[in-house]
Amino acid sequence: MSESNQSDKIIEFQNVTKSYGDHVVLDALDFSVRRGEKVTIIGPSGSGKSTVLRILMTLEDIQDGVIHVAGKPLWHEEKNGQLMPASEAHLRMMRKEMGMVFQQFNLFPHMTVMRNVTEAPRQVLGLSRDKAKKRALKYLDLVGMTEHADKFPSQLSGGQQQRVGIARALAMHPNILLFDEPTSALDPELVGEVLQVIEHLASQHDLTILLVTHEMQFARQISDRVCFFDQGKFVEEGRPEEIFTEPREERTKAFLSSFLGDH
Amino acid sequence: MKTGRYAGSTQQQARPGPSSELLPILIMDILTYSGHLLSGAWITVQLTLYSSVLGLFFAFVLGVGRVSDNPFVHGLSAGIIEFFRGTSLLVQLFWLYFALPMIGQTLGYDWRFPPMLVGTLALALNIGAYAAEVVRGAIQAVAPEQYEAAKALDFSPRQTMWRIIVPQAVPEMMPSLGNLAIQNLKDTALVSLISLADLAYKAEQLRNFTQDSTTIYSLLLLMYFGMALVVAGLMKLAERYACRWRAGGSV
Ligand SMILES: Nc1ncnc2c1ncn2[C@@H]1O[C@H](COP(=O)(O)OP(=O)(O)OP(=O)(O)O)[C@@H](O)[C@H]1O
Ligand SMILES: [Mg+2]
Repeated sequence: MSESNQSDKIIEFQNVTKSYGDHVVLDALDFSVRRGEKVTIIGPSGSGKSTVLRILMTLEDIQDGVIHVAGKPLWHEEKNGQLMPASEAHLRMMRKEMGMVFQQFNLFPHMTVMRNVTEAPRQVLGLSRDKAKKRALKYLDLVGMTEHADKFPSQLSGGQQQRVGIARALAMHPNILLFDEPTSALDPELVGEVLQVIEHLASQHDLTILLVTHEMQFARQISDRVCFFDQGKFVEEGRPEEIFTEPREERTKAFLSSFLGDH
Repeated sequence: MKTGRYAGSTQQQARPGPSSELLPILIMDILTYSGHLLSGAWITVQLTLYSSVLGLFFAFVLGVGRVSDNPFVHGLSAGIIEFFRGTSLLVQLFWLYFALPMIGQTLGYDWRFPPMLVGTLALALNIGAYAAEVVRGAIQAVAPEQYEAAKALDFSPRQTMWRIIVPQAVPEMMPSLGNLAIQNLKDTALVSLISLADLAYKAEQLRNFTQDSTTIYSLLLLMYFGMALVVAGLMKLAERYACRWRAGGSV
């Protein structure tokens, strides 16, 4: 991290606070991700991991602090040198940087696989039907779902739906891909096929990945950096070998040992 | 006396009994009446079709307006819905047909419209207001995660509503919309009161002329029932199409 300069950081949280009523979920959070970095967030249930991603995707707002994405303030707009709350137009522009893959897939159930992937490129980016279809086929091929292009989500397994979810996000050409427990809703035998796709994406240099997962082995494999998150703060972060083999913090140790029982 | 205007033919006492001659006469009557009623039935079909299509349009505009974040759009939609649900169709019909031209006259405009237009409009507004509540309910039943998925893909709020949310709410609406379509068919009978020659109007005309209430009203019942069956069948087909992406197929 020491060699990185300001412009290297594609995501930067400064003093970000988020609370629901009295319940403080993110507590003056500082956090940054370098362009092209693959970062995994681990931590106990309810600690606020999803909240970090949801704030980035602008699905939740923040009460305090500033977030920069690709050098621009996410939740604010600069006007006359002052930071003002962002307009909807600004948020729409900022969302183009990011794509999100959800735990429950959230495919559009009334659209075929093909339309799930072409709809946003056509309607949001204004691509022609042919161009959108070509693009969709490229990503459906990447996730191994080309032959299911004409099916509806209800006709697919969870693993297949999640792979379509990934293709759908990729088709918007985001620079940052956010994964919120992408395999947690899957039957154990379907987890592998989805992780394989994410692993392939992780090998791409320019794509920044921020992944929340409970798949520790997988996190270890693909991450440049693992962050242990607890009670609204990052307790400890480092290279996967460091975090998984010699964690410094007691809370990290306790959390990891609770996982060792499962494997 | 049952045979009404054919009473003269009952003089032939040599015949074995009334039942054997009654049947052919009844059939003759039914054929004669039906020919006359069918022209009215055609008006009823047109009226049902036009007002259902226009009503569906109102339903989606008002139903989506009702869930809008914009307080003006929200309030206006809610007001229109409540107004047309809270006043009777008959009064709306009379108001548009009799009162509106008077108001127009006072203001110096010609606001007399053909009964078909007035009937279609009144029926559509009325059924549209009821259907708008169905549309609103179905929209609100869509999972909130669908809005999040749409936002993550950067759809505008309008695109999200019309391309993502409303289409997947349609299966939820279908059973209620089917009932309302049949309701609408039955409501068309009221337009006979603004001298539109629909099925009910033709039946009343025929009954005044022949005094054969039993046969004519029985025929009328059957014709409305037959049309209702057709509407129900069509709505079932539409429902099956709207639900094609669902796991079990149907609702
Ligand atoms: N809309 C909301 N209203 C109130 N509290 C909320 C809301 N969303 C989340 N929370 C609370 O915020 C905290 C953090 O939630 P979050 O979903 O970020 O946790 P998480 O780390 O992703 O947990 P998990 O591993 O179970 O997914 C939790 O205590 C949760 O109850
Ligand atoms: Mg979570």
